[in-house]
Parts: sequence; C-alpha cells; structure tokens
Amino acid sequence: MHMLRRAWAIVWKDLLIEARTKQSFNAMVFFAALVLFIFSFALGPDTELLQKVSGGLLWVGIAFTGLLSLSRTYQNEETSGGLEGLRAYPGDPRAIYLGKLLGNIVLLLLVEAVLFPAAGILFQANLWPYAGGLVAVALLGTVGFSLVGTFYSALTVNLRAREVMLPLLLFPALVPVLLGAVNATTLILEGDLMGEAVVWLRVLTAFDIIFFVICIWIFPIALEE
Amino acid sequence: MGPKTVVEKTLGGLALLAMLAGSYVGLAVVPADAAQGNVQRLMYVHVPAAWLSFLAFFVVFVMSVLYLIQRDPRWDHVAASSAEIGVVFTVVTLLLGMMWGKPTWGVFWTWDPRLTTTAILLAIYVGYMALRSFADDAEKRARWSAIVGVIGFANVPIVYMSVTWWRTLHQPPSSPRSVAPDILWTLMLNLAAFTLVYAYLMVRRIRLSKLEGELEKRMAYNA
Repeated sequence: MHMLRRAWAIVWKDLLIEARTKQSFNAMVFFAALVLFIFSFALGPDTELLQKVSGGLLWVGIAFTGLLSLSRTYQNEETSGGLEGLRAYPGDPRAIYLGKLLGNIVLLLLVEAVLFPAAGILFQANLWPYAGGLVAVALLGTVGFSLVGTFYSALTVNLRAREVMLPLLLFPALVPVLLGAVNATTLILEGDLMGEAVVWLRVLTAFDIIFFVICIWIFPIALEE
Repeated sequence: MGPKTVVEKTLGGLALLAMLAGSYVGLAVVPADAAQGNVQRLMYVHVPAAWLSFLAFFVVFVMSVLYLIQRDPRWDHVAASSAEIGVVFTVVTLLLGMMWGKPTWGVFWTWDPRLTTTAILLAIYVGYMALRSFADDAEKRARWSAIVGVIGFANVPIVYMSVTWWRTLHQPPSSPRSVAPDILWTLMLNLAAFTLVYAYLMVRRIRLSKLEGELEKRMAYNA
C-alpha cells in the first residue's frame, strides 16, 4: 500500500504540473492531428480508402504522439536534478515506475479522447456505434504502449542521442501492441462480423500482463546509478 | 590481438574444414531438388544461418540474465560478441532468403510470419548494438544492454505469435515440407559447420571485446 501511495504522489505531481501548464497535452493533440492530416494528404482524398486504413492511421498517430510524451517522461525531474532526489527517497523504486506509467497512460488516453472523434470527422466514419469496442482497444493498447515506453524512457534518459535510441528500442518491442491494436480497431470499425477482434484484445491483454511483470521486475536495475 | 591461441587455431581449422565439407556435399554430392532444382541448395546455407542467429540471440539472453544476477563483466563481453555475430547472420539469413524467394515464390519479400519475425529480430538487436555504442560508461552499458537483451528475447515469441495471427487471419501459413534423408544429412552437416564457425568467431570476438574493455579502462585512467 505504501508503494501505491508513493506512486500516486508522483502521478498527482505530474498531472498537476500538466494541468497547470498543459505543455505536453496541447503539443500532443496538435501533433496527432497533424499526423492524421499528413497521412490523409499522402493517401489522397479517397474517403473509402481512408476509412479502410483508418485503424492503422490512428495507431501510427498514437505511436508517434506517445513517443513525444514518453521522451518527456522524466523531464520535470531532470531539469532540476529531481531524478536523483526521487531515487534517493527510501523505499521501493518501483513506485517511480508505477507513478510515471500511470501518468503516461492518463495523458495518452486524454489525447486519444480527442484524437478518435477527430479521426471520425476527418475520415467521415460514425464511431459511436463502436464506442465500447474502441474504448477497450484504446485502453489495452495504451497500457501496452506505456508499459514498455515508460520503461525504455527510464533506460535512455541518461543516454547520448536518446531521441534516436528511444524509438529504436521501443518500436520493435511494440510490434505485438501495434498489430493487436490496429487489427482490433480495423475489425471493430468493419463491424467485426466474425468476432475476430476478441483474438486481438487477448493478444493485447497477454502482452500487457507479460510486460507489466517483466518491467516492474527489472525496473530497479534500470534506474540504478 | 596477439597470436592465436591453441583453442582458436583448433576451432578455426575445424570450422574451415567443416565449411568446406558442407559446401562440397551441398553443392556437388547431394542431388538437386526435383521440384526446385539447384536453387534448393540455398537451404544448406540459409537454414544454418537462421539457426545461428537464433542460437546467438539465445546466448545473448542467457548471458544478459547472468550479468544482471552476477554483474560480472565477462558475461557482458560474451553477450555483446554474440549479439554482433547474431546480427551479421540475421542479415545473411534475410539476404539468402530473398535470393531463394525470388525464383521460388516470385518475390523477394513476403509478409510470412517467420520472415517478418526475423526482420523484427534484426531491428531489436540493431537497437541493442546502437544502445551499446551510445553508452560511455562500461558498467552502465553492460547493465542497460543486458536489460534490452532480456526484454528483446522475451518479446520474440509474442512477436512471432502476433505476426502469425496477423497473417493467418488472411491466408494459410506456409507449411514445412517433408525433407528427404539426403537433404537432411547435408543440412545437419552444414548446421554443424556453421555452429563451429560461430564458436570460432565467438572465441575471437570475446577476446577482442575484453581487450577493448581493457583499453577503455586505461584510457579513462589516463584521462
């Protein structure tokens, strides 16, 4: 319980800073919208084609946008040497991981709450009938993305060229998440006549559980100084 | 690096002999495949190269776990050497596979689960090597890359399963063909030869890695 309280303190601190400055959220929403725009330009104005690939476009947008916030995960601490402070607190360093993880999940979900309706408008797709399924995919996908992302951003925070290293390490590891999220989203948007989306939700769930265990287990080693 | 040790000489000689024997049998002794013709002989280098890359990455995984438990730099040298050799042979595997794919499938590349997983595997370990090159401190480099070595390998089965599902929802997977005994023996010979090459390269690379570590230490001391 002690660890959860400490994790919550970190979440609260980060979200409070974010709520007052809105520096990440605003940038992320605009960036995500830009990604959707660029893809629409690249693929041409064919609405039918855009609808068909909208699941993929959405998740590529989420992946790039998420990367943006992940690389800033420890920025609040870094500028004033606060990471050393966090590390120096007594108790289990896993609380730092849990706190940062939750913060990343909440922030990315908030962005998605704007991004999904925006995509619905851009691609002229009515998302309301599929809202339940889409929320499930978004939740599971975002958790999977943030699990590995929060972990690797801690690993690369002290690295030269971390802007290059984070995506280089992160994206290959995220292949199951992206495949699962994209396929589930596409199937749900197509009506999921065969009930195949559940398979992908299971892939996402399995990934989330496995990587939660691995990351939380190894995190103290990653954070050692 | 100094002269080769007895172990290195022996391993190198054995590897060379085995490679020569394997190539001779594969090219000249065993009959060509009835359906594919001579192209099928690529199997005798393609499959061993693929086997080697998986073996090499498995070694990286085991050494990474050992390093994280014992923090002995020796394990880091072995892991780094194996990763490098694994990356080389993964590239070889993919290139040979493309050479084989073009005449038999008509395309260089297809989104087959094994192909796709191998490509992702390559990306994971290129990331591993990039991480190593960007870390300045020997202890941190060892620790960070060991973590990537563990997570990267743990991810491989999940990647493979998800890619398989991705493909099988659209098309049936390619089934392994039954293999004639002649072909099997030739393949085994070449597998042994490649494994010897791996052992030889490992012994050399680990020595080099240790020397590099020593150099790094002295340069830090003098600076």
